[in-house]
Amino acid sequence: MTDVSYQHQTHEAEASLGDYFALLKPRVMSLVVFTALVGLLAAPSSVHPVIAFASILFVAIGAGASGALNMWWDADIDAVMKRTVKRPIPAGKVTPDEAKVLGVALSGMSVVMLALSANLLAAGLLAFTIFFYAVIYSMWLKRSTPQNIVIGGAAGAFPPVIGWVIATGSMSVEAWLMFALIFMWTPPHFWALALFMKSDYDDAGVPMLTVTHGRKATRLHILIYTVLLVALAVGTAFTAIGGPVYLTVAVVLNVLFLKGAFDIWRRDEGQAEADGYAVEKSFFKLSLLYLFLHFGAILVEAMLPAVWGIWA
Amino acid sequence: MSIKAEHEIHQRRKGRNVGVGLMLAAFVVLVLALTFVKITGGAFELPRNEETQ
Repeated sequence: MTDVSYQHQTHEAEASLGDYFALLKPRVMSLVVFTALVGLLAAPSSVHPVIAFASILFVAIGAGASGALNMWWDADIDAVMKRTVKRPIPAGKVTPDEAKVLGVALSGMSVVMLALSANLLAAGLLAFTIFFYAVIYSMWLKRSTPQNIVIGGAAGAFPPVIGWVIATGSMSVEAWLMFALIFMWTPPHFWALALFMKSDYDDAGVPMLTVTHGRKATRLHILIYTVLLVALAVGTAFTAIGGPVYLTVAVVLNVLFLKGAFDIWRRDEGQAEADGYAVEKSFFKLSLLYLFLHFGAILVEAMLPAVWGIWA
Repeated sequence: MSIKAEHEIHQRRKGRNVGVGLMLAAFVVLVLALTFVKITGGAFELPRNEETQ
């Protein structure tokens, strides 16, 4: 290798800090931070603000670490799919080995630091979540079964449980209700995406439901999971983390979500092609708002007693 | 002709190093704050019998 070619290669491969940050999947991290924070604040014990801040930060770093490990393992798939082709590894900005080292190092650091700032149970749950996302989902399920999203969704559902455990040091039904909310929400959310991303998963050889069972079956699955999710989401209003504000938000959102799922089920591919998958895209957008507002309502319910205390 | 010392790659590298440095500094401050809160919050209180000796 000549000096010139060496310099050229170095120039191409030199990543910025932003490229490494992108490996941590910042958008997923923001959802993790939000749901973990809601779990922490909805818990019936208070935590010192510094401990709460540090613990949520370590959960976010752990989530980011699992994202980096996912990008390392899935670099071949990401290079084929339009949605992911600009990620740091397929774009040539970061090497797979760098992503792997970053992922492993941040995983270890986040788990140890969470054990020190909060408790061992929270740290154990974070370690299990990273393992579940990086190994069970990314390395095993994603490429082997159309149920990948259903089972893999558990990884994204753990953060509110971890938040709850940071505050209380133990688990309870309410924490698992928040887990179930995200767990049941994940399949319709991703299947709607798979419907309008069309050939992306097919090209990459990922056995999504759209590829293995066809689009008609996927539409039916979206409806079934949505019906189950609606029952769970509205039922949560009558538990300790629910209340009138949550019930109002849940009823409105679930009526809209159910209507969206029903509209998706009624359509065929011809109709979807004709309007550029408008219904599927709006259902996907609504699903993002759906989760955010449900957890926002849980947060409001948790904060209300404190707010009334100030005004009283 | 003078040799151009500052290449775009150096700027990028400098930005990365400054970023890592700031993150490490923030981490040190965070650990310090955590330690302070844990000690003053009673998490490291000595057992009663040792305290009275």
